[in-house]
Amino acid sequence: MTTAAMAKTKSRGDYVRIVGLIFGGIVLLGIIYGYITNPVTTTAVLASTLRQSTPLVLGALCGLIGERSGIINIGIEGQMLMAAFIAFLANVYTGNLFVAVLAGLATGAVLGGFLAFMSVTLKMDQIIGGTVINILALGLTSFFYQTGLTTQGKLQAIALGPLAEIPLIGPVFFDNPPITYATLILVMVVHYVLFYTRWGLRTRAVGEHPSAADTVGINVYKMRYINVIIGGSIAGLAGAYLTLEAVGSFERAMTNGRGFVALAVMIFGKYTPFGAWGAALLFGFAVALQTQLQFSGRLEIPHQFIGMLPYVLTIVVLAGFVGRTRVPAAVGKPYEKE
Amino acid sequence: MDKTNRPIVLEAKGLTKRFPGVLANDNINLKLHQGEILALLGENGAGKSTLMNMLYGLYTPTEGEIWIKGEKVELSNPGEAIDRGVGMVHQHFQLVPPMTVAENVMLGSEITSGGGRLNMRQAIRNVRELSEQYGLAVDPTAVIEDLPVGTQQRVEIIKALYRHADILILDEPTAVLTPQEANELFRIMRDLTAQNVSIIFITHKLKEVLAVADRIGVLRSGQMVGTAMPEDSTETSLAEMMVGRNVILRVEKSASKPGQPVLQIQNLHVHDDRGHAAVEGVDLEVFAGEILGIAGVEGNGQRELVEALTGLRHIDAGKIRIDGQDTTHFSPRQITELGVAHIPEDREKHGLVMPYTLSDNMVLNRYFKAPYAKGLIMHHDKIDENGKVLVKEYDVRPPNVHALAQNLSGGNKQKVIVAREFSSPTKLLVAAQPTRGIDVGSIEFIHKEIVAQRDHGVAVLVVSAELDEVLGLADRVAVMFDGRVVKILPIAEATRERVGLLMAGSDA
Repeated sequence: MTTAAMAKTKSRGDYVRIVGLIFGGIVLLGIIYGYITNPVTTTAVLASTLRQSTPLVLGALCGLIGERSGIINIGIEGQMLMAAFIAFLANVYTGNLFVAVLAGLATGAVLGGFLAFMSVTLKMDQIIGGTVINILALGLTSFFYQTGLTTQGKLQAIALGPLAEIPLIGPVFFDNPPITYATLILVMVVHYVLFYTRWGLRTRAVGEHPSAADTVGINVYKMRYINVIIGGSIAGLAGAYLTLEAVGSFERAMTNGRGFVALAVMIFGKYTPFGAWGAALLFGFAVALQTQLQFSGRLEIPHQFIGMLPYVLTIVVLAGFVGRTRVPAAVGKPYEKE
Repeated sequence: MDKTNRPIVLEAKGLTKRFPGVLANDNINLKLHQGEILALLGENGAGKSTLMNMLYGLYTPTEGEIWIKGEKVELSNPGEAIDRGVGMVHQHFQLVPPMTVAENVMLGSEITSGGGRLNMRQAIRNVRELSEQYGLAVDPTAVIEDLPVGTQQRVEIIKALYRHADILILDEPTAVLTPQEANELFRIMRDLTAQNVSIIFITHKLKEVLAVADRIGVLRSGQMVGTAMPEDSTETSLAEMMVGRNVILRVEKSASKPGQPVLQIQNLHVHDDRGHAAVEGVDLEVFAGEILGIAGVEGNGQRELVEALTGLRHIDAGKIRIDGQDTTHFSPRQITELGVAHIPEDREKHGLVMPYTLSDNMVLNRYFKAPYAKGLIMHHDKIDENGKVLVKEYDVRPPNVHALAQNLSGGNKQKVIVAREFSSPTKLLVAAQPTRGIDVGSIEFIHKEIVAQRDHGVAVLVVSAELDEVLGLADRVAVMFDGRVVKILPIAEATRERVGLLMAGSDA
């Protein structure tokens, strides 16, 4: 790269940072203004933002762990849906929420293993592999779901003592059910692992330049398998969130495109955990806002239009920002040993 | 210097590697002594890479033994070779572009402090120590993709030394370097051998072998045909061993008789695939009956320049005229129809349709015209006829027009392209890397054909990363650096040293 080109990229980075700061400032002012004028609604919207973003963050973490190692996972939707269903069944038949969460994790991991088998061992086209999972999950869950099954409760919010008493911040961050907490911790854990550990260095190397990793004795296939399986279990957690924490029961196709929005979130977040978290909050906010707007009924717009809000946002964000994200170089390409 | 009295650090005894249908290495014996630079010379496909891949544990030998430091070894993966002190610098660098030097060096043998946390500070310190000990100047915190290739190569060497390699295999290490960078590499190689590192240096460039090797081994079609000492060898004697017959290394041609300008480029601006400016204000003229050679390290805008003037890349600003016509916004076909022949840089991607037959490939630039087609119907008998004539005239092997392009050797693939492009009426020939990776015989043939075109009054633009090729063919030499033509020299003034300095961006 020429020095001139480097200067250009650098100034663009600065530009993005400045826009980000301005945007953040506006959001912060908006929240403070909202809290002063209408504290109850503002708190409700923000708390709902965090919870709405949870499955998106988890889905995006699943996607980025896979893609950083070189495997595109468009089967997140299917992994979530299947895990949601199995977790629901486990809850119905065992009545143990902990077992149900584990069932969700395991389901996601199994589907992750299936995706890894198709894309690493069989060297199938990864988009087709992911689509197989999506179609499979939709078909199986719809076929086997019977109405009338009742669950035995769902995961309840746990207030973290005095922290939950802090105005605004307390009810938003410190009065949540377990999977929402776990998600916040996972964002930090994945960030640490990806950028500060041996595992992360190897994962990124395998996703950028697999033959470079291979020639220094790293097992590319094993790295990809494990990453995709771990990613799958995180998508499974997102599924468990839907049936065990958010809704408390199962509905057909209840993921409702969240797995795909999670992909958008991952890309918008530049394949970083914190980036994905920020992006997911934005989408979560759009969902929370549209719910609140429909609920209040004060706007004279047909509710279908308000309901579009999160999806319109997906299109705008992807059309406007994707070009500026750096994709792991080897993503989507099956690795052939020499 | 003769170092054959020193202890043997690596030995191959009767190594044979058979692939389905191919005998890639046939009973090869090889000895490497401590602190020695052994040059391994051979054409593409002679079996150099197969041999090295066996020594590095990437392939398992079909027969034969490998001994390292007096011990017989079975290497089943590179890790085992690394453990025994064998390091390899691949022709295509095995570095992760967005990572730093230190991260790349330690990848696979990371320094961690509890819980798998990377100890970057220690890694940076280790890289710095190695770079000082062996005179390999490198900033451990620099990101690979920002570094020039010469520096990236040093990182590869450090990577091997970090793994305690004392036997280094360098696979075509000078292919991507300027002459000055190559000289710097030779200095590093000598410094390394002074500290008892032993080196196998693979190349097909005769000059370099004579400049740096202590001993020379020559491979031909899978067999070790002989060893030689540099002081007893000349370029011609080595070339003959390598090819197995007399070869003419110099391109024979008379002085050029330039006529009217055929290609005129004014202030051309083009961007590359990533959207960065690649060609930034190039002015060039090529006259009928002359060869203009473009020298330059790859990645300085040559590819984008060629693509722009053959209509394959959008032009941001500037003007191109071919034979008096403004072709700036012409389609590739309009440009071809004007009489422009193009030998593309990547013959497998842009030159041929790999799963097509030779006769189909030979009409890719004219299949839509009579006599090959009438309306929507193709005339396969005419197409085959054309193919048969060309296969014979250009000595394509196998001489079977129904063979698929993908089954030909590199040299023969290139001959198919040359046959197609040279057999339609031509005013301008654009040849990018016309002899990359092909055998000496085919190189000779293609060079002769290019000169013949010139003598017929065709304007020729040759782009090549091989400086010797440019200097051998060209009547005038244009040097590209950083998207610009920094200098145009008549061939008489274009010495290796001067052009080399210009290629590196310094003013000469």
